[in-house]
Amino acid sequence: MTETIARAETLDTELDGTRLATALAQTWKTERGLWGALTTVDHKIIGRRYIVTAFVFLVLGGVLALLMRLQLAQPEARVLGPDRFNQVFTMHGANMMFLFAVPVMEAMGVYLVPLMVGTRNIAFPRLNAFSYWIFLAGGLLLWIAFALDMGPDVGWFAYVPLSGPQYAPGKRADIWAQMITFTELAALAVAVEIVVTVFKQRAPGMSLDRIPLFVWSMLVTSFVVIMAMPAIMVASTSLILDRLVGTHFFNPAEGGDVLLWQHLFWFFGHPEVYIIFLPAVGMVSTLIATFARRPIFGYLALVMALIATGILAFGLWVHHMFVTGLPRLGESFFTASSMAIAIPAGIQIFCWIATLWDGRPVFKTPLLFVIGFIVTFVIGGLTGVMVASVPFDTQVHDTYFVVAHFHYVLIGGAVFPLLGAVYYWFPKFTGRMMSERRGKWAFWLIFIGFHLTFFPMHILGLEGMPRRIYTYQPDLPWHGLNLFVSASALILAAGFLIFFIDAIISARSGNPAGDNPWDAPTLEWATSSPPPAYNFAHIPVVGSAYPLWDQPGSLNVASGLHSDRREIVITTITIAEPQARESSPQNSIWPLLTAITTTIMLIWSIFSPWAVVWGSIPVAITLIGWFWPSGTPEDEA
Amino acid sequence: MIRRVARLLALLAAISLAGCENWQSALQAHGASAISLKHLIIFIVAVCSIVWALVMVAMIYALARRRAAWRAPTELIPERERRMGRIVTACVGLTVVIISIFTLASFFTTRALSVAGSDDLTIRISGMQWWWGVQYLRPNPKQAFDTANEIHIPAGRNVHLVLEGDDVIHSFWVPSLAGKQDLIPGRINEITIRAERPGIYRGQCAEFCGLQHAHMSFFVIADEPQDFERWAAAQRAPATQASDEEIAAGRDAFMSKPCAACHSIRGTKATGTSGPDLTHVGSRKTIGAGLFETTRGSLAAWIADPQTLKPGNNMPLVPLAPEELRAISAYLASLK
Repeated sequence: MTETIARAETLDTELDGTRLATALAQTWKTERGLWGALTTVDHKIIGRRYIVTAFVFLVLGGVLALLMRLQLAQPEARVLGPDRFNQVFTMHGANMMFLFAVPVMEAMGVYLVPLMVGTRNIAFPRLNAFSYWIFLAGGLLLWIAFALDMGPDVGWFAYVPLSGPQYAPGKRADIWAQMITFTELAALAVAVEIVVTVFKQRAPGMSLDRIPLFVWSMLVTSFVVIMAMPAIMVASTSLILDRLVGTHFFNPAEGGDVLLWQHLFWFFGHPEVYIIFLPAVGMVSTLIATFARRPIFGYLALVMALIATGILAFGLWVHHMFVTGLPRLGESFFTASSMAIAIPAGIQIFCWIATLWDGRPVFKTPLLFVIGFIVTFVIGGLTGVMVASVPFDTQVHDTYFVVAHFHYVLIGGAVFPLLGAVYYWFPKFTGRMMSERRGKWAFWLIFIGFHLTFFPMHILGLEGMPRRIYTYQPDLPWHGLNLFVSASALILAAGFLIFFIDAIISARSGNPAGDNPWDAPTLEWATSSPPPAYNFAHIPVVGSAYPLWDQPGSLNVASGLHSDRREIVITTITIAEPQARESSPQNSIWPLLTAITTTIMLIWSIFSPWAVVWGSIPVAITLIGWFWPSGTPEDEA
Repeated sequence: MIRRVARLLALLAAISLAGCENWQSALQAHGASAISLKHLIIFIVAVCSIVWALVMVAMIYALARRRAAWRAPTELIPERERRMGRIVTACVGLTVVIISIFTLASFFTTRALSVAGSDDLTIRISGMQWWWGVQYLRPNPKQAFDTANEIHIPAGRNVHLVLEGDDVIHSFWVPSLAGKQDLIPGRINEITIRAERPGIYRGQCAEFCGLQHAHMSFFVIADEPQDFERWAAAQRAPATQASDEEIAAGRDAFMSKPCAACHSIRGTKATGTSGPDLTHVGSRKTIGAGLFETTRGSLAAWIADPQTLKPGNNMPLVPLAPEELRAISAYLASLK
């Protein structure tokens, strides 16, 4: 395929810098206006969209959290009734996990991975566009249902029988299950794209030991996604079948099993935590190297820790079921495996501290968030070790202790690095810097507000306060701490408000960033900010893990790609030797149309099983349109 | 600094509250299991706090230490790299040691938790939306009896609880006595509790179970053994006879209205099973699964409007004339 005859003057070797840039810009461009927005397959535009959408869901989920804190600030308060409260906490959990945390991490990967490995677009760019539209449809489904008082009210975990046909009449639980289908479909698509991009599209010379750690983390995450999602898809599909068709997967009276749901759900649900956490780890490693001004200490150990975490993630699900009455021996095994996750986590923490120790830290906002991450995540990790102990867990399971624990892990362990990463890569996304002054305000308010909000919850849990209660009686000794927690949540919210204000102001009028404002070492900084549609005029060739530090000035480049058609370099998996030129698809409206027909089929199937039959016809038609040869040069290659 | 203030505030709040009745707290352990769990909790939390403090010291030192002259990012000093490698390896080794100790401590704590023998008192607990059915099983079935939302046990003895979920999953948790255990439809779980001293211990459903998950509490009341036997004898007896006219009228109204379709009162025609057994409801501390103290007034309020007091619960509003309501609540309050 590489030897297709092409006119020589279209090769990049034949053009000077300006003419090449013009030609590439023409080849890779996204049309202006609505049509361009709907048809684009540029990973940067889709990634940006994905990130912004996920942050919108963060805001919505945060508002729900504040509503819950308002209700719980007083005993027997009547801000929210039990029905509304159950919808709100279910929405908060489902929204934060499925519409914010996982998508935002995937989205950072969609934007950054192709740039960091030095290629021009993500693998399967049309699938990437499709993934975003499906994600958006799933989010809209959930939130529109909530606005119509049809929001799911069975918890983000939707345990049967409570979510089954007998105890959850109406369509609320079906909407939860189908929202899962949407978001899992979107996540699986991105995971496949990232695996292929990292395996086959790395810049020449970027052997396995030169891959940036964020890219490594996205690679491991993508494998975890690919292996974990089928479990939840089986689970949610079985639930829909029980509810819609009258199967009895989870009905003990007919030979079904209630605990089967929990096994399937947590076989996905625990790795889900690492799907969120591993990309954050990659961000931390990236930020620490840049701001400690030295290569990360223990690169190999960190990669091994990522892989070990990804594998161990599948051996821990039973620790969510320690009080369901499983056999002792099994429980002990899962105690040991759950505690073992502390080993790769420890390796990472120690390597980061070693890097900071030997480096010369520059205390910019991104590094502050990383420090806040270490302070917070170590607490979350240690409380994780606590709940891994079966006897300890029997006292804190399903209490506010666990609420505190996983917010320490998810906010401290993933959102702090994410915010640091946004401050770090914002100049690359927009060409403008975020404000250091507002950034420091945001950091301190979020950091202090977070600890004041969530630390007391450990105590509440030990004092016997269960999770998911919409109120508590005045004679219980919890009201003081609950009021304190609710008030502190306002500080946390104020911090996020400043962050968002800063992002909006800076996007419009921040200081121009230049290509590499942090003097960072990885390839995404080797192109302009924001990068052109084609990412790199010439594909860079790298000779180390920190190419911009090792080859300051100018990178070696590979040439010989066409400028009049979308072409990328394919390299080998291990040592990234150039293998072939491969074409990359052009913009297309079909991913959007396919997403629309898929959405119709999935939502229709909440109401009738026949939707799967009749609804698949338009899906098939749009898929045929998607794959139909269109006679472009890309098709020939 | 700020974190310390936060901790201090949290601690102060906790101390100021300690004066209140701490009858539902893993830290106020009064049962054999809860006491050994509390020891384990304190041990693990203490070790983890030390670990966290050490990591923080290391991080702060790493950030704040004085540094030698500038060097380029990629200029690494091999000797220093090796030393850091040794230190990191040692720290990882220490991590392995600590989690191994925790795993063993967990294992032995679980193994040491008391397990009731076959001749110990056995109580079957069923979780329902949103109340607790309590059935005292005795070798002689004639001595068995039902009650609801209140579990009396003899102090100082192991009591064997058989946990069954009736509708959805619930979780039985009395933190002052023992860790929790789920009640799962289609499965039977077991747990042993033992109160070291007489007292009243509150428990609450710990697995989300629908609209009124928040109001699904109960009490475990540990009595001196002889008091327990007295109580059990009284509970075994059928309901007391009406002692005055209003109470008799209340009984008749109860039997003729839909009440009897869902509730049982032993010794009467009321044999419904979908609601709590009311044979001795007047003797219980609370009604509505821990919602209100049992008084004639609270009974009347509950019967008059159960859906406002506990929205979504399965008790329907039964239209009653004011005198019927008064009479029924007098009757129920008399069922000591």
